[in-house]
Amino acid sequence: MPAGPRQLAGERVAAALEAALPGSVVEVHPEWVVLAPGRLVEALRWLRDSEEFDAAQLSSLCAVDYHSYFEVVYHLQSLDLNQQIVVKARTTSREDVSVPSACEVYRGALLQEREAYDLMGVGFEGHPDLRRLFLWEGYPGHPLRKDFLQLEGHHPGLPRFPFEEPGVQSR
Amino acid sequence: MSARSALGRLLALGPLRLAALAAALALAAAANAVVGYVVIDGRLDGEWYDLRDLGFAVARLRAELDAVAPPALSYWVTALVGVGGILGFLGLVLLLGSWVERRLLARFQIRRGPNRVGPFGLLQPLADALKLMQKEVLVPRGADRLLYAVPPIAVFIPAVLAWGPVPWAPNMTYLDINVGVLYVIAVSSLAVLALFMAGWASNNHYALLGAMRTVAMMVSYEIPVSLALLSVVLVTGTLQLSEIVLWQEQHRLWLGLLLPVAFLTFFFSSTAEINRTPNDIAEAESEIVAGYHTEYSGMKAGLFIAIELGNAVVLGALVATMFLGGWSLFGLETWIPPYLVLAAKTGAVYFVLVWLRGTLPRFRLDQLMGFAWKYLIPISIANVGVVAVEAAILVRLDAPGIVPLSAFTLLNIALAVACARFAMPEPSGGPSAGRGASHAPVLTTVLGGLRASERLRSAP
Amino acid sequence: MSEQAVEPGDAAAGEPYILNIGPQHPSTHGVFRLRVAMDGERIVDMDMIVGYLHRSMEKLAEERTYTQNIPFTDRADYLAAMSGNLGLCLAAERLAGVEVPERASALRVIFAELQRIASHAMGNGTLVSDAGAWQTPLLYMFRERERILDLFEMTCGARLTTNYMRIGGVAFDPPAEFFPKLDSLVDDLPSCVDEYVELLAENEIFLARTRGVGVISAGDAINGSLTGPQLRGSGVPWDLRKAEPYCGYERYDFEIPVGSAGDVYDRFMVRMEEVRQSTRIIRQALDALPPGPHKTEVPLALRPEPGEAYGRVEGPRGEVGFYLVADGGPAPYRFHLRAPSLINLSLLRSLAIGASLPDAVVTLGSLDIVVGEIDR
Repeated sequence: MPAGPRQLAGERVAAALEAALPGSVVEVHPEWVVLAPGRLVEALRWLRDSEEFDAAQLSSLCAVDYHSYFEVVYHLQSLDLNQQIVVKARTTSREDVSVPSACEVYRGALLQEREAYDLMGVGFEGHPDLRRLFLWEGYPGHPLRKDFLQLEGHHPGLPRFPFEEPGVQSR
Repeated sequence: MSARSALGRLLALGPLRLAALAAALALAAAANAVVGYVVIDGRLDGEWYDLRDLGFAVARLRAELDAVAPPALSYWVTALVGVGGILGFLGLVLLLGSWVERRLLARFQIRRGPNRVGPFGLLQPLADALKLMQKEVLVPRGADRLLYAVPPIAVFIPAVLAWGPVPWAPNMTYLDINVGVLYVIAVSSLAVLALFMAGWASNNHYALLGAMRTVAMMVSYEIPVSLALLSVVLVTGTLQLSEIVLWQEQHRLWLGLLLPVAFLTFFFSSTAEINRTPNDIAEAESEIVAGYHTEYSGMKAGLFIAIELGNAVVLGALVATMFLGGWSLFGLETWIPPYLVLAAKTGAVYFVLVWLRGTLPRFRLDQLMGFAWKYLIPISIANVGVVAVEAAILVRLDAPGIVPLSAFTLLNIALAVACARFAMPEPSGGPSAGRGASHAPVLTTVLGGLRASERLRSAP
Repeated sequence: MSEQAVEPGDAAAGEPYILNIGPQHPSTHGVFRLRVAMDGERIVDMDMIVGYLHRSMEKLAEERTYTQNIPFTDRADYLAAMSGNLGLCLAAERLAGVEVPERASALRVIFAELQRIASHAMGNGTLVSDAGAWQTPLLYMFRERERILDLFEMTCGARLTTNYMRIGGVAFDPPAEFFPKLDSLVDDLPSCVDEYVELLAENEIFLARTRGVGVISAGDAINGSLTGPQLRGSGVPWDLRKAEPYCGYERYDFEIPVGSAGDVYDRFMVRMEEVRQSTRIIRQALDALPPGPHKTEVPLALRPEPGEAYGRVEGPRGEVGFYLVADGGPAPYRFHLRAPSLINLSLLRSLAIGASLPDAVVTLGSLDIVVGEIDR
C-alpha cells in the first residue's frame, strides 16, 4: 500500500538474506523484513557490504510500542543504487527489551539508539554509551511507551516535574 | 562605489539637507579664512588668547602665578589643568566614542544604530552607563575578592597614562619627557597585569582562558611593537614624541610613508594588544563568551567595555603621532588648530579600527602566535636593519634633502609590497592546501554514494 | 541530560579540566550544552547534553489528528518550518493515499525552496559569526531572510511557525501582491549571493579559519547518517529532491552542489550554492505555476487504513523524515520525526576530540543545528 517509490520489496531482501545468512529472517512482508535479533548485526553488515543492496546509510532508526513487544524499525538507504530497505527487529516481550545495537555497523545509530532507549526503553546491547539522551538519569519510565501515563505517580497535565519536590503529592 | 552612484546618494539627501550642508561648509571656510587672515597677519601669534595652541594660555597662567606665589603653586596648578584636560577629554571620548562605534557598525551592518535617546541617539551611552550603574555587581563564589575588585579600575591606569607624552600642539604636551617612546611601551604593557588579574580572580575557566590568551598575545606582540618603534627612533634620532612630530613637520614627510613596514607592524600588533578585530581572541565571544571579563557585571563590566574603546583611541593617537605626522598638516596647522588635526587623525585611525571590526572574522590563537613569531618578528628585525642603514646615510648627509628621503620612501614602500606579496605566509596553508585553486563546489545532477563521490573526485 | 561521560582530571597536575559550553553560550545556537574536557585550548573529550527543549512532541502527537500535528513540525525545526510541514504532509498523504493538485505541489516547491534560502542564510550567517566576524555577514544575510519572511507573513500570517502546508495541498493561495514581490526577490537573490561570496569566500582569515577544519570524509559522512549540505560538503552527491522526487521536483532543472574536502568551508560554500539553485527552482516554478485548486478536500479527522509510511523531504539541514504508524484511528499510533539536526551530530564527538576550542566552535556552527529539532 503506501510504500516509498524506491523501496525494495521485502520478499527480495528476505530471499537474499536467507540465502546468505540462513535463519536470519523471521517474518516477511511486502514492504519490510523482520530479522532475528540474534543475527541482526550480522544481517545489517551483510546488507551494508553486499553489492546487490549496498545499504550504506542508516537513514532512520525508530522504536514502536506494540503492547506485547517493541519493534525497532531501521530505514536503510543505498545512495549508489538509490533504493531503500526497511528492516525490523522485535523484542520477545515487554520485559525483555534487548535488541543488539547497530552502532558497530552504522555510526549514525549512536544518537538514535540513545534516543530510542531514553524515550521507549529499548535496551540496545553492545551500544558503547547507552545513556538517556533527553531526560535525566533517574527519570521514571520511558515516556513514549503506551502505558507511560498509567505509571505510578504520573498524571497527564502534571503541574510540575516529578521528583521536583519529593514530599509533595502532585495535583 | 562609482562617482555616479556617489552623486546619486548625495542627491538623495534632498535639497534642504544639501543646502544646509553647503551652508555649513561655506561658513566653515569663511571662518577659517577670517581666522587665517588674522593669524597670518601675526597679531595673535603667541598671545594667551591664541586658541590654536592652548599651551600659550597655560604659559601665561604660569607666569601670572609665578609673579604672586611660590613656584610650586604654578607647577601644581598647571599639572592639575593638564590632568583635568586629559581626563575630561577621555571622558568625552568614552561617551562619544561608543556612540560613534555603534552608529558606524550599524551602518556597516545595514542597521540604524542607537537613535532614540537624545538627538541622533547621542545620549545612548549615558543611558547605558546609568543602567549599568544600577545593576548588581555579582562576585562569583570562590573568587578572590580583592583581586576581583581591583582590575576594572587598574585597567584604566595605562590607558590614561599613555596620553601623557602625546603632543597635541607645539606647546601642548603634558609630559614632554625625553624617553617618551620607552614610556609608552612600558605603560602599554601594564594593562596585561590587570587583565590577567581579572581572569585569574574570577574563578571561571572562560575568564582564565581569556586571560591566558591575553598574556600570550601581549608577550608575542610586544616585540614587533618595540621593533617598529625602534625604527622610528632610528630615523628621527629621538625618543621624545614631540620631537618625532617636529621631525615629520620639518621634513614634510609622514613616517608612515617612510617606514611602511614599521607602520603596518605597529598597527597590526597593537590591535592584538588592545583586543580589536581581527585579533580579539582574548574575548572571542563565540568561543570564550567574554574572555577575562566573563564574570563581571554591572558597571565593572561597563568599565572593561569602556576601556577597550579608550585603548582604541589611545592607539589612534599614538599611530597618528608616530606615523601620521601628529599635529602637523603640511603647514595647514597654522590655520587649523593643531589639536584638532591630531583629533581628526586619531578619529581616522579609530574609524579604520571600527571598519575592521565590522568586516573581518577572527584569527585563531595559534595562527596569531605563528604569525607573530614566524613572520612579523623576523621581518621587523630585517626592517630595523634596513632602516638603520638608511638612518646612517641620512645622518651623514648634512641636510637630508628631498631626494634621499623620497628615494628611501619609495624603496621602503617597494620592500613592504614585496614582503606582503612574496614573503607573506598564507594562514590557510597557501592556495593549494590539498585542493585546486577553485573554491566553488562542483555542480552535478548525477546522484550516488561513496562510488559516485570517488568518481567526482577523480574527475578533473 | 546525563553527565557521567566526561570526567574531570586533577587540574593542578596538568590533567584535563572541564569546561561547560552552554546551555547559555553565544555559539551553541540555543539551549545546547557541551561538556568538554580540555587540555589548555585542546579538547580531550566531549559529551553532548541535550534535552533542555524537549517537549515530548512525539508523545503529544499520538493524541492529535494528523492535521493537528502540523503545527508541531513548525516548532521542531523552527528555522525551516515549511520543510517540516511538507515532510509530515507527504507522509500522511502516502499513508492515506491523498492526491495533491498540481498548483498545490508547485506552491509547496516555492515555499520549501524559499524556506531553504532563509534557513541557509541563517545557518551560514551564524557560522561566520562563530568564526568571529562581528555579525556583519549575518545581518547582510538577514536582509534577504526578512524579505522571505515577509512573503510568508503575507501568505499565511506567520513568519516562523508557518503551519502552511495541509494534507492534500496548502492552506491558502498566496494573495495577488505576493507574486510581484517574489518575482523581484528572485531577481535580486543571485546578486546577493555574489555579494556574500565576494565578501567571505576569498577572505584570507575566513579561509584560514574554515579550510581544513572539521574535515569529514565521504565514508564517515555516509556511515554517520549525515544528510543535507553536511553530506554534500563531504563530496557525496546525494539529494532527495533528485533521488526521490516529490512535489514534482523532477520537472525542474537544477543541480546539486558538491564539495570536495569535507571541511567547514565546503559546507559553507555548498549552502551558498544551494541558494542559487533554489532561486533557479523558484523561478521555474513561478513561471509555470498552474491554475487550479490549491487543496483537495480531506476529512478533518483523517482515518488512514492501518499501516505505516515513511515520508521524507530534503530540508535545509538534511533528510526530514516522518515515520507514521496508523492503527485506523484519527491519530497516528506512532509518530517519529527523523531529526537531521540531531543525527548530524553523530560525528561531533569524534570531530571535536583533538581539535582546539575555536575549531570545535566553527565545526559545530557548520553542522547548522537547530535545538528545537534536536530535542523535539
